[in-house]
Amino acid sequence: MPTITINNLEVRADAGMTILEAARAHNFKIPTLCHYPDLDIKSDCRICVVELIGQKGLVTACSTPVYEGMAVKINSPRALNARKAITEMILANHDAECTACVRNMNCELQRLAESTGIVKNRFESILEVKPVDKSNPSLVRNSNRCIKCGRCIDACKTIQGIGVLDIAGRGHDSDVTTAFGKALADVFCTYCGQCSAVCPVGAIMEKDSTDVVWEAIDHPDKHVIVQVAPAIRVSLGEELGLALGSIVTGKIVAALKMLGFSKVFDTNFTADLTIIEEGHELINRMKNGGKLPLITSCCPGWVRYAEHQYPDLLDNLSTCKSPQQMFGALAKTYYAQRENLNPKDIFVVSIMPCTAKKYEASRPEMSYNGQDPDVDAVLTTRELAKMIKQMGIEFENLREQKFDKPDEVTTGAAAIFGATGGVMEAALRSVKEILDERPLEQLEFDRVRGYEGIREAEVTIKGETVKVAVAHTLSQAKKIADDIRLGTSPYAFIEVMACPGGCVGGGGQPYGTTHEKSRERIQTIYQVDRLMKVRKSHDNAAVANLYSNYLGEPSGKLAHTLLHTKYTPR
Amino acid sequence: MLEHKLITKHIGNIDPLSIDDYVGVGGYAMFKKALGMTRLDIHDAFEASKLRGRGGAGFPVAIKLMAMAKETRKPKYVICNADEGEPGNFKDRYLMENNPHQIIEGMLIAAYATGSSHGYLYIRGEYAQSMATMQQAIEAARQAGYLGSNILNSRFDFDLEIRSGAGSYVCGEEFALLESIEGKAGRTRVKPPFPTAKGLFNQPTLINNVETLATFPVIIAMGGEAYAKIGTPTSTGTKLISLSGNVRKKGVYEVPFGVSMRKIIEELGGGVGAGRKIQMIQLGGACGPIIPEYMLDMVIDFERFEEFESKTGAGAIIVIDDRHDMFAILEQVSEFFTHESCGKCTPCREGNVHMRNVLRRFVNKTATEQDLLMLENQARVIHQTSLCGLGQTAPTAIISTLHYFRFDYLNRIEDSMQEVA
Ligand SMILES: Cc1cc2nc3c(=O)[nH]c(=O)nc-3n(C[C@H](O)[C@H](O)[C@H](O)COP(=O)(O)O)c2cc1C
Ligand code: SF4
Ligand code: SF4
Ligand code: SF4
Ligand code: SF4
Repeated sequence: MPTITINNLEVRADAGMTILEAARAHNFKIPTLCHYPDLDIKSDCRICVVELIGQKGLVTACSTPVYEGMAVKINSPRALNARKAITEMILANHDAECTACVRNMNCELQRLAESTGIVKNRFESILEVKPVDKSNPSLVRNSNRCIKCGRCIDACKTIQGIGVLDIAGRGHDSDVTTAFGKALADVFCTYCGQCSAVCPVGAIMEKDSTDVVWEAIDHPDKHVIVQVAPAIRVSLGEELGLALGSIVTGKIVAALKMLGFSKVFDTNFTADLTIIEEGHELINRMKNGGKLPLITSCCPGWVRYAEHQYPDLLDNLSTCKSPQQMFGALAKTYYAQRENLNPKDIFVVSIMPCTAKKYEASRPEMSYNGQDPDVDAVLTTRELAKMIKQMGIEFENLREQKFDKPDEVTTGAAAIFGATGGVMEAALRSVKEILDERPLEQLEFDRVRGYEGIREAEVTIKGETVKVAVAHTLSQAKKIADDIRLGTSPYAFIEVMACPGGCVGGGGQPYGTTHEKSRERIQTIYQVDRLMKVRKSHDNAAVANLYSNYLGEPSGKLAHTLLHTKYTPR
Repeated sequence: MLEHKLITKHIGNIDPLSIDDYVGVGGYAMFKKALGMTRLDIHDAFEASKLRGRGGAGFPVAIKLMAMAKETRKPKYVICNADEGEPGNFKDRYLMENNPHQIIEGMLIAAYATGSSHGYLYIRGEYAQSMATMQQAIEAARQAGYLGSNILNSRFDFDLEIRSGAGSYVCGEEFALLESIEGKAGRTRVKPPFPTAKGLFNQPTLINNVETLATFPVIIAMGGEAYAKIGTPTSTGTKLISLSGNVRKKGVYEVPFGVSMRKIIEELGGGVGAGRKIQMIQLGGACGPIIPEYMLDMVIDFERFEEFESKTGAGAIIVIDDRHDMFAILEQVSEFFTHESCGKCTPCREGNVHMRNVLRRFVNKTATEQDLLMLENQARVIHQTSLCGLGQTAPTAIISTLHYFRFDYLNRIEDSMQEVA
């Protein structure tokens, strides 16, 4: 354990730590910009420079390992001056119209400018304004705000294994962009939005839907209903000042009502429905020699990835729509009939942890009449937080409210959808119990829980051993898909989620989401499940009612028309 | 005699393309001698020689060799850095085109000493002639059994290939060079780790300059102690000087360390043209300091250069006579770095543009006192905080002129004010 000196204070550090880690462990604050916990150390921005006593230049705290006897000064005049000048340089090449920016008051560059004490930029602006790329259905890129930190490149290349974004050109002309500067719609972007979640500024962000939602709410003839995805209730609180891991389900309902939505529903309802349909699909395929392994299809990031990279495996994908789209389809048919409404007057909004859901909602097949979308607008967790802030709602003081019927009945199985392995576990609970024809002894399938990139488990169903696997992030999904392609995959059923940790780590979740936070959210989710009275999708009475009153048989004709879809090689 | 021809001794006496000529003057005998030595003996020789890298940074060769020896992972690589993209430098080209086999022999010794099996010669893209000459020499060496497997029945394998530079100055920086050989864009890496630990394809890698490697056979031939007697006690041996600018006889000269720059310019370069005076010189190339005429009695050695907080060991002397406007030269230098910055780190990517813009105002006589203060601050920050040597040395010329030619800055500001009035 080396002893080092930080600002004249002797502290102990662990061998192998960087200056930044050692300083943070002892509550010293060193500002950073390109650094992000789960990504590679880049030391590009040079903001974290500190003075290393006995050395002429300054060193970056993020990349310099500590050694016995090292002495650093974080705030020497030289370091302070350098940090300020570097920040000014960044701002001099930045479209700093903060008041017109989504990141206003929630921006790492803004905070940095404040902490370095910039009142007036001494550097003249050298910004050459480029057009904003709005071509992508989920994401918007404004390179005039890009500070070239490289985080998005890392997220796309390292976490997802895709590499749509890279740095092009050199020197002052260098630009974080797509190959050949193509529009973001014309490259193979899966819309997962991990880039937007790590961007420190407003340079890559979800496509804004708040405006259309405000308009719809204000429209006198529109019946605006909203569904809330499972992963939101364990993350939205963070963005609104509550403690990490707070469960804010009831407050979300209250807030949405205050925002003016006519009805507030729980996507958990259609999550259970998804399990019933997908469970039956699995059972059918296993019984009738259908295509195996069956792979989940509720993650549009993964679906898009498969359509592009594994068109030969599309028959392995479950034909089930995602919970979001099942909700949308039912809203414009079943719900419209029940409430005696013209589907054209119903405006369906979803709150999702996800940017890819915006794209999913825009897929042409996701339409009840071949024209109008089933889901009209998708808001990310961040966008909802923004609307709540815009309204001046004091979120932490809200009285909890319940979801509107029939979705008040929800299960633990649906609750765990937001965690990697959750869909698998929910499906196993139902499939095993239905096929075994006796109650489950153990509801928890611990082998599919956890955070490993790929996890596998053997489950005994009706005396037979069935192998299943769970993968999160697309770089892990690739390994699984390659095995299927080679014919070496031993699994019957696979769950894939594009984002790290599953939807809890989705691209639309609050800024600053890390593996650590995602794990925390997953723990909260399992806690929600434990406390639930009903914990299996097929025990959801409301879902059973829906089948008997409207849909008929699971996997039946109407169910197929409304709840299943098809895929297109791209 | 001012010149001391150690590594350029045979140049002019042999046909560069004839391996027989090279062997005839004792070529490849030093490699054979090395094969007969233990690796420890070879290290000792380099340690005693106090040889420091000739590519710019002046890093002690023995330390790198020792770091390589400690690495047990295989394969290991030896890379000869022949990118020579620094304006005003042309000595590596001179060596490659006039005595290619000596470089190959140097790489062989380096490979044997470090247990490396594969080598790359990374040659600047514009150096077509150098590439052709080196290619022919490599083939001849392979034919003669100096490259390949089980060389001279010693159970030592080593082969060598040429890589053409990617056409940007920063690719001469060792990490950017590695990236470039790996087929990626030429941008530096986060350090540590250093190349001897994690270099090419993350394997242990020795990177040295052409001139450094061409010195290897000389040290094996004469022994480390004898070599260390040449030059000054701390900067040992000889240095190739690329002499250019406003001198009569531009060219490459080999001199021992400790010779004054005035002597090099006047005795070897024949001084400036008739009726002209030396105004200043730039040392090392675009990345080096600009110093006034009255400092020309300073001798060439590493310590002196380090006083400028610059790494000027590459050995260029660019003579600037009294016809030139210093600010025009500075603007050119700054433009060069603005263009060559790889864009990876903030200070170099953004800062060079600002420095160039300020310098333009000095050229156009619109500069203010504020500009001077800004320039000074920018130069310091870019020098102190840039990620790689390119950004760190980009402001050297500015910093040195702010020191030695401060009056010129102040005068120019006064001129600007008058122009406005
Ligand atoms: C921008 C930049 C360009 C460089 N270009 C060269 C070059 O062209 N040739 C060279 O030998 N070293 C160059 N270097 C230095 C190398 O990084 C490295 O220090 C050198 O190759 C090591 O060899 P040496 O120890 O024999 O000098 C450059 C460094 C920087 C920062
Ligand atoms: S990214 Fe940050 S600094 Fe830039 S305009 Fe937006 S809020 Fe302001
Ligand atoms: S888009 Fe954002 S994350 Fe990507 S390089 Fe620019 S500032 Fe960084
Ligand atoms: S894992 Fe969840 S948040 Fe991420 S793309 Fe898939 S559905 Fe969206
Ligand atoms: S100093 Fe310049 S060349 Fe070096 S990494 Fe930074 S931007 Fe690239």
